[in-house]
Amino acid sequence: MNIIVCMKSVPSSETKVKVNSNGKSIDETDIVYEINPYDEYALEEAIKIKEAHGGKVVIITLGAPTATQNIRKGLAMGADEAVHLICENIELADSAIVADLLAAAIKEMEFDIIFCGKKAIDCDNHQVPNRIAQLLGIPAVTAISGLELTPESAKATRNIEGGSETIPVDFPALFSAEKGLNEPRYASLPGIMAAKKKPIDERQVSAGEQLLELISLELPPPKPEGRIVGEGPEAAVELIRILREEAKVI
Amino acid sequence: MAKGVLVFVEQREGVLKSTAFEAVTLGKEIKSTIGGDLAAVLIGSDVAGIIPEISEQGLDKVYIANDEELKFYDGGRYAGIIEEAANKADPAVIIIVASSMGKDIAPRLASALGAGVATDCTAVEVDGGRIIVTRPVYAGKALVKLKFKSDPQVLTIRPNVFPVSRQEPNPPEVIKLEAGDRKEPVERVEHVKSERPELTEASIIVSGGRGMGGPENFHLTEELADELGAAVGASRAVVDAGWRPHSEQVGQTGKTVSPNLYIACGISGAIQHLAGMLSSKNIVAINKDPDAPIFKVATYGIVGDLFEVIPRMVEEVRKIKG
Ligand SMILES: Cc1cc2nc3c(=O)[nH]c(=O)nc-3n(C[C@H](O)[C@H](O)[C@H](O)COP(=O)(O)OP(=O)(O)OC[C@H]3O[C@@H](n4cnc5c(N)ncnc54)[C@H](O)[C@@H]3O)c2cc1C
Repeated sequence: MNIIVCMKSVPSSETKVKVNSNGKSIDETDIVYEINPYDEYALEEAIKIKEAHGGKVVIITLGAPTATQNIRKGLAMGADEAVHLICENIELADSAIVADLLAAAIKEMEFDIIFCGKKAIDCDNHQVPNRIAQLLGIPAVTAISGLELTPESAKATRNIEGGSETIPVDFPALFSAEKGLNEPRYASLPGIMAAKKKPIDERQVSAGEQLLELISLELPPPKPEGRIVGEGPEAAVELIRILREEAKVI
Repeated sequence: MAKGVLVFVEQREGVLKSTAFEAVTLGKEIKSTIGGDLAAVLIGSDVAGIIPEISEQGLDKVYIANDEELKFYDGGRYAGIIEEAANKADPAVIIIVASSMGKDIAPRLASALGAGVATDCTAVEVDGGRIIVTRPVYAGKALVKLKFKSDPQVLTIRPNVFPVSRQEPNPPEVIKLEAGDRKEPVERVEHVKSERPELTEASIIVSGGRGMGGPENFHLTEELADELGAAVGASRAVVDAGWRPHSEQVGQTGKTVSPNLYIACGISGAIQHLAGMLSSKNIVAINKDPDAPIFKVATYGIVGDLFEVIPRMVEEVRKIKG
């Protein structure tokens, strides 16, 4: 089974965002980049499949040279090799460009399954997985929380409002991972040592024409100062009165 | 030159989503500036009965694919049908709600049409026929404004953010579409039927965190939710502890919600939790720690023990409901 995992480096979810004076990007000083959490579920699932059915897991990352560190982490978890498409200033670029670049590279590779995360937690676009599948002409099931697999096909389960749906697909196919699919492993010490010797194929790429123009990036307006209604259970009476008479929400 | 607006109106099991009205109302506003028709696409099995319901919104046209085979959502196929409607209507703007279905459809459709998508928009303006959207990035820690360069302009909108206005019924022109080819057949759909509203669609949410103490105490948030007709939510800490299912998790790795009222019980207000609920219109925090970060974003707060406060709230709500 040849499995490709699309993995992005994103600012850690703890990041305090500061906007640069150009009003179009964030200040990257002090930002710690981590593997996009949804991509960790994707990677874990790929490694589990390899362990059960044999084969190879290849990470593909599009991003700045700083992403190398997280690629090594992915290799330490158990991926076999990586392709790093180096592209500067792609962080908030629109997903069409990202998908074009990834799909172009994947087209040259052998694969039965492509895994992505459901979304990247920085730009939150929710588009790259389906765009890649569309460009490659393969079926996709997004935001999966379960996967039952045979060597030729799979049944993927995705949560929907008020329930779940199960979708059978034949390979090659693309899946994007939702939290709950699995519990990502930590890299072991031997894994970390082995990762140092695994190959990373670095290639320079450049972004094409954007379909959306970024006009501005700003911090959200501050929330108006809240009010403490009171302390202890007695405050519940006043709270319910406020919600009913002032806020008019109940 | 593309004109008008095409809106995908979502239904599940023959029932129209309430958020469909939000999308159509926004479509109507955009149409009033850019001109052209306001059209809806409706896909499913046995869904013709929905047409009068959406027509109240002042639609000019409804494209409908009504076929037994379309009973269950099928991403490739649904996107293909909307693509066909788009080819017929040639709209300047396509609006889809950012539901689990909408998030899956939008990029497929856009890729096929060579269009850009702005996802999960929370504000939309029209500037000389071009759409400018505002959408949260970095988990709501920043807002980005984007202007479309592509045609059509595809946007998905965050549920519960855009207002609904109704209009006099206006029988639209109905155009039938074919069911399209089977692409990814859905074998089975399980609906865990719940009496409570779904999180992303609810106007009130009662959420519990680690302060709830254990799974056996969640009857408290459930009781309050039931009195208020609310959905129940949870923080990641309690989901990871196995106290509540992941489908209830609110936050960066859970659901994004925008209810009128979000009641956070025993939730500290970690940045990743805030990411999922910060666009709630009113936030109530119940926490025994006066320094809990949740109070920084709360509209109203009670400093106290939730085991005492929640039962009093339930009692009060019962009283006013008489
Ligand atoms: C990559 C990543 C993604 C994440 N995604 C999410 C996400 O999607 N959603 C999410 O929620 N978290 C997420 N987290 C986790 C987040 O950082 C916090 O750990 C989590 O939100 C804490 O949950 P909590 O507030 O329930 O628990 P705690 O932080 O333990 O807070 C419990 C609160 O309850 C209060 N309390 C205790 N007892 C009582 C009582 N009797 N009465 C009243 N108050 C009481 C305490 O004062 C405290 O403030 C994520 C973390 C990471 C790293």
